Amino acid sequence: MNRTLYGNLIFELSKKGRKGYSLPQDYDRSHTTAELPAALRRGEAARLPECDELTVVRHYTNLSHNNFGVNDGFYPLGSCTMKYNPIINEEIAAMEAFTGLHPLQPAETCQGALEVYYNLQQSLAELAGLSEFTLNPCAGAHGELTGLMVIRAYHESHAPGNSPMGDELGRNLTAPAGALRGGRTKVLIPDSAHGTNPASAAVCGLEVVEVKSLPDGTVDVDHLRQLLDEMGDQVAAMMMTNPNTLGIFEPRVLEITEMVHKAGGLMYYDGANLNALLGECRPGDMGFDVMHINLHKTFSTPHGGGGPGSGPVGVRKGLEQFLPYPRIVKPNTSGEGGEMLRIVYAPAHEQSEILPLTGERGEGLSVGSFFGNFGVMLKAYAYILSLGREHVKQVGPLATLNANYMKERLRDDYLLPIEGLCKHEVVFDGLVDKSTGVTTMDVSKRLLDYGYHAPTIYFPLLFHESLMIEPTENESKETLDAFIDVMHRIADEAKTDPELVKTAPHNTPIGRVDDVLAAKHPITTYWKSLEE
Amino acid sequence: MANFESGLYYSESHEYVRVEGEFGYIGITDYAQHALGNVVYVDMPEVDDEVTAGEEFGAVESVKAASDLISPVSGTVVEVNDALEDEPELLNKDAFANWIIKVQLADTAELDALMDVEAYKAHCE
Repeated sequence: MNRTLYGNLIFELSKKGRKGYSLPQDYDRSHTTAELPAALRRGEAARLPECDELTVVRHYTNLSHNNFGVNDGFYPLGSCTMKYNPIINEEIAAMEAFTGLHPLQPAETCQGALEVYYNLQQSLAELAGLSEFTLNPCAGAHGELTGLMVIRAYHESHAPGNSPMGDELGRNLTAPAGALRGGRTKVLIPDSAHGTNPASAAVCGLEVVEVKSLPDGTVDVDHLRQLLDEMGDQVAAMMMTNPNTLGIFEPRVLEITEMVHKAGGLMYYDGANLNALLGECRPGDMGFDVMHINLHKTFSTPHGGGGPGSGPVGVRKGLEQFLPYPRIVKPNTSGEGGEMLRIVYAPAHEQSEILPLTGERGEGLSVGSFFGNFGVMLKAYAYILSLGREHVKQVGPLATLNANYMKERLRDDYLLPIEGLCKHEVVFDGLVDKSTGVTTMDVSKRLLDYGYHAPTIYFPLLFHESLMIEPTENESKETLDAFIDVMHRIADEAKTDPELVKTAPHNTPIGRVDDVLAAKHPITTYWKSLEE
Repeated sequence: MANFESGLYYSESHEYVRVEGEFGYIGITDYAQHALGNVVYVDMPEVDDEVTAGEEFGAVESVKAASDLISPVSGTVVEVNDALEDEPELLNKDAFANWIIKVQLADTAELDALMDVEAYKAHCE
């Protein structure tokens, strides 16, 4: 990466009075503000940068050269599944027939789009081994929250004194604990979980109880049993990631789901690591009741700044009624309207007709506006159809093969804390040789100098120097070998010239960032930076 | 490498208690600050809050991670180390000198469940 590096701010290019537009001579600029109430008018000038069009275009073009994405190079960011986003996905999502749709247009005029939505739901349900999906949630954590709201609604409907279809579905977040939840207020979460799991549970008004891990990183089933003995009748659900955040498949998952079910709780599957199992092994078959899928991970849609995301939520048979609205429904009887797909905004016992979104949405739980990020769904559906039923089963094994190849070739220099096969990602605990003082942070900064995106670091929290590599199924052996060579070179540098690694990066627009200063005294505007 | 101080009581989650009379000074160990890296924020309870052995009483945030503070003993908070509000990095400078809260101990028998320095050293290995 030896090209000239660009690091200007647009404010630094500003020249007083320079413009990239010209307005009519008689244009009265007071029109723009005169009609606003005084309280909403800015008291002082906005001090926007003043540049001509060419300067602006060059500025952003040059900045874009500093970007790094999957299309630029290897991006082994563990737990994020930074897989390639095939061009055909983009072409299909960019078709005018889709981009020209309005979310409020009548269902009979957008049957094709509704069919894509419906078919994607069905495909995901089949791949997950579950009954039905909603595509409405707009991100993974949004999916987690939606899934937990489904679980809460299920328990509320089974609470003594509540009607089987809780009318307060998804509404009363501030209800006193126990009152509306059948007394089931606790969510069991392994200590190795993604941070979003406890965060989602807390946002949903549920209480997090941590389940310990064994030294090999898997769930401590004895500790789980002890927790269920103590508080089983208060457990709403257990959230699990499988393979877990260490990239290890939970061998006792069937036992775990059975134990939690026996105690009356539901099992939630965090789909962040679904890529390892895609098509081969289904969460529904492992005993999970509710799950989310990150389309922007497993189903090859862009993320990491190029999003938006999408976090569909699936449920097993018997929980469909708790999924949010609006829904796309396929009538199974022919009659008036024929086989047309319909949009339903509220439960059938309340309203059977389509309600305009501008009015009351009915009693159904809604988790966002309209149907989520439709463009992302088109891309995911294109990906599923491109691979087909047979090839989709190769995703998991190839991702697993790549991660294990990486593991075996790097373990001489990087400390492997857990023996055995990993799935789609491998976690190291820093360098084997700790005597040099070179940390995981230093190694990852040095990787930038060699033109790679850094892996995920300091997660999972089970190890002090976690360095988590997820190569995905897309990468060739040549790409993996080139990265492995660089990792070995950095390990050598740590011994021969530790300062070089500790002060990296050296080839980036800015060098080592002061993380502490950034966390404690963030300066987020240009004018503020001049004052400091 | 990490320092260990004798005469203190240690918990598995890397907090210590220094007992002086009926009071206990609770902080995180040098091993813990080492593992956390540069501390940028300490979330502390208020004076008169109750803390319970084995339960969370605050959190320490570093550039690497946020970690709950688990109280090794039960009692009432009589003082918090206000200096940490502006200078959380004091925990990195000297974790044992910079305690986080001072509590009036509710039950000194709870101390028996904690580790001495030798046991804690072994726990960290």
